[in-house]
Amino acid sequence: MLSDYAPLLLLLALAAAFVVGNLVISEVLGRPKPGVGKKTVYECGMPIRGTARARFSVHYYLLALLFILFDVEAAFLLPWAAHAEELGKAGLVAMGGFAVVLVVGLLYVMRKKALEWDR
Amino acid sequence: MSASLALSLWLQSARLQQQTGAALGSTTAPDSNWTLDLLEWVRTSWLSTKLAGLAGMDQAPALPTWAAAAIGAGIAVGIVIGFVSVVAMFSIWLERRVAGRIQSRIGPNRVGPFGLLQSLADGVKLLLKEDIIPSGADRKLFVLAPALVMASALAMFAAVPMADGAGFTDINLGVLFIVGISALATIGVIMAGWSSNNKWALYGAMREAAQVVSYEVPLGISLLVPVIVGGTLELGAASRLQSGWGGSCWFLFQNPFVLPAFVLYFIAALAENKRAPFDLPESESELVAGFHTEYSGIRFSFFFLEEYAAMFLMSAVGTALFLGGWNFPGIDLLKGGWLIAAQLAVFVVKSMFLVLLMIWIRWTLPRMRVDQVMVMGYKYLTPLSLICVVGASVWEVWAAVPFHERPIWMQLFTPVLVFGVCAVLGAMLRKQAIESAAQPTTRSRIAPRAHAAAH
Amino acid sequence: MELLFFLLFAGLAIAGAVATVWMRYVVHSAFALMGTFLGVAGLYVLLGADFLAITQILIYVGGILVLILFGIMLTPPDRTERNAKRVIGFSASLVAIALFLAVQIGSVVRWAEKSNLEAPKATAAPIGRELLRPDGYLIPFELVSVVLLVALIGSVFIARRRKAVRVDDSSTAAILAERGTLQQKAGA
Repeated sequence: MLSDYAPLLLLLALAAAFVVGNLVISEVLGRPKPGVGKKTVYECGMPIRGTARARFSVHYYLLALLFILFDVEAAFLLPWAAHAEELGKAGLVAMGGFAVVLVVGLLYVMRKKALEWDR
Repeated sequence: MSASLALSLWLQSARLQQQTGAALGSTTAPDSNWTLDLLEWVRTSWLSTKLAGLAGMDQAPALPTWAAAAIGAGIAVGIVIGFVSVVAMFSIWLERRVAGRIQSRIGPNRVGPFGLLQSLADGVKLLLKEDIIPSGADRKLFVLAPALVMASALAMFAAVPMADGAGFTDINLGVLFIVGISALATIGVIMAGWSSNNKWALYGAMREAAQVVSYEVPLGISLLVPVIVGGTLELGAASRLQSGWGGSCWFLFQNPFVLPAFVLYFIAALAENKRAPFDLPESESELVAGFHTEYSGIRFSFFFLEEYAAMFLMSAVGTALFLGGWNFPGIDLLKGGWLIAAQLAVFVVKSMFLVLLMIWIRWTLPRMRVDQVMVMGYKYLTPLSLICVVGASVWEVWAAVPFHERPIWMQLFTPVLVFGVCAVLGAMLRKQAIESAAQPTTRSRIAPRAHAAAH
Repeated sequence: MELLFFLLFAGLAIAGAVATVWMRYVVHSAFALMGTFLGVAGLYVLLGADFLAITQILIYVGGILVLILFGIMLTPPDRTERNAKRVIGFSASLVAIALFLAVQIGSVVRWAEKSNLEAPKATAAPIGRELLRPDGYLIPFELVSVVLLVALIGSVFIARRRKAVRVDDSSTAAILAERGTLQQKAGA
């Protein structure tokens, strides 16, 4: 178990080192040359109107909620799917019941038009 | 009673699996660690023996096992990072050339033969650029975001072996691992958008996060279908199970529900990678801004590399699970290092074909609106993928014969049948498209509702 | 070797949790929470539960953290940053309580040495089998689907669009009142 994942940790550490190394090289090679307006935030060259912390529609939140619920369903489907043939018809029926309940939920969401995006 | 039923079913299927296993050979990876073999080869090579002779020893001494394992892992990591960079640069070059051809112009062709070194030159140029952090930006998060995105892209490559026994590490939960780590990249994108102190970057980041989040569900569920057919979550084992002649041993042709699952997976992968026609987060970067608008120089190149690396990774997963992995008819005749090289070449060619398909679709189809994008994920793709999963499992449990026990004519002619059906459907659609394009474009066809309201 | 990894992941989890509480800005706290989730995932791997570790990353980092971040973005900017003194006092009391409880629990519970337990090679298959066995966890598994359904319905209900209609003339008001879709807006 650990032997499977330890190389992965090494990969992550060396990926971070790769990123840091590139940044250091860029820092060395690209000397900063301060100029007027270089550090200002880009808005098509126009002066900025408003702050960067704007409000958002509530639909983003609802999408994330729906994602969590269906993600949990997918996470439950996965250990079944890997051994669907072993678990046979009984497993299929049990998993089908699980999926049907959540499909009913999805139909409810679609019926209530909760996913229609309003700008 | 039900326990005994379940037990008997389980025993029956275990016996069936044993028979199939005996027919196919083992589905577990060979035990040799190729990095240790490589180190051993280096140690006993001519050069190190000569150097050891200079130091007064017979042969180069063996490293302690932990050191050898660590160095071996380090070499493997270096190979992975190098491979990812080369593949990403090649994909960028391919995109620019193919885009040029589709737009009736030549892509980059000056730097190196056929312009192949263009991406490398661009990378060097970006290294030399000044590192600008916008005023008011959150420095810590601004620096961390590309690192997180790059780390997740590289980590996903750990779970995809590209040749038999010569992958980085064949994680037991390969499919789940890839879907999980791609969720990490989303956090990096939100971090990038937030820390830029730019409202357009923030809008782009939130839209991108919402889009990725909407399409990760059909991505995961449609990947379940080949898992059901193959019976394993490991990508290396799935590729090994698709060995054989005739090309019909691909999972794509073993079950009628795998083909729609592949189409759904491809569409979901396009949406996950923010590729057209789902590239609203990026199109804003062409028109106004996107989540990486404030990033310049090498930081931008991390995002750019990550996009093409993720494209290749999604194609690699699709190849391993749907298109037969590293198998090619007759490849078993080679041995040893040649076999590994040939398998790697076959795998990369198949993945590159899917990458080419993604590029082709990008430069052909128009962009979808944001509300269409968000709605399509849940309204159409998720129910269809659930239907595919249920259908595939019902087929497998009830009706399917294990692949290698099917009659030869069925094994050889399934791809012909599938292609025939697809060709007929395609011809019908083409005829319909040509007819509808021949009609004049009137207001009634562009804006039917407005037209009906006015009349 | 395992001790080293354990210290690494446990330290990451604790540091992430402490940073979540102590950070000045809410967004920084959210990203520090990601560190906690990753540390816990590493601890799951050390315990041999690889399926649980990857599910942790998939659902917690990929879903719940995104949800938290969306929630932060939806709310108005935080005018009041956290006061460091207040936070330190509160956290110190929490730490004291936690230590007290840890001493109490640690002296009562018998811990098993990890070497006495056998970790399976891969946990997806046993989990799948146990979840679907009728005398295993089948009934809680089906109940989980009902819980998820309830959460779905609840979230749709919470995020429903409330129709607010401003009415100027009385005839329209009469028609709408008849239909029952009129909501009186205060002061309209």
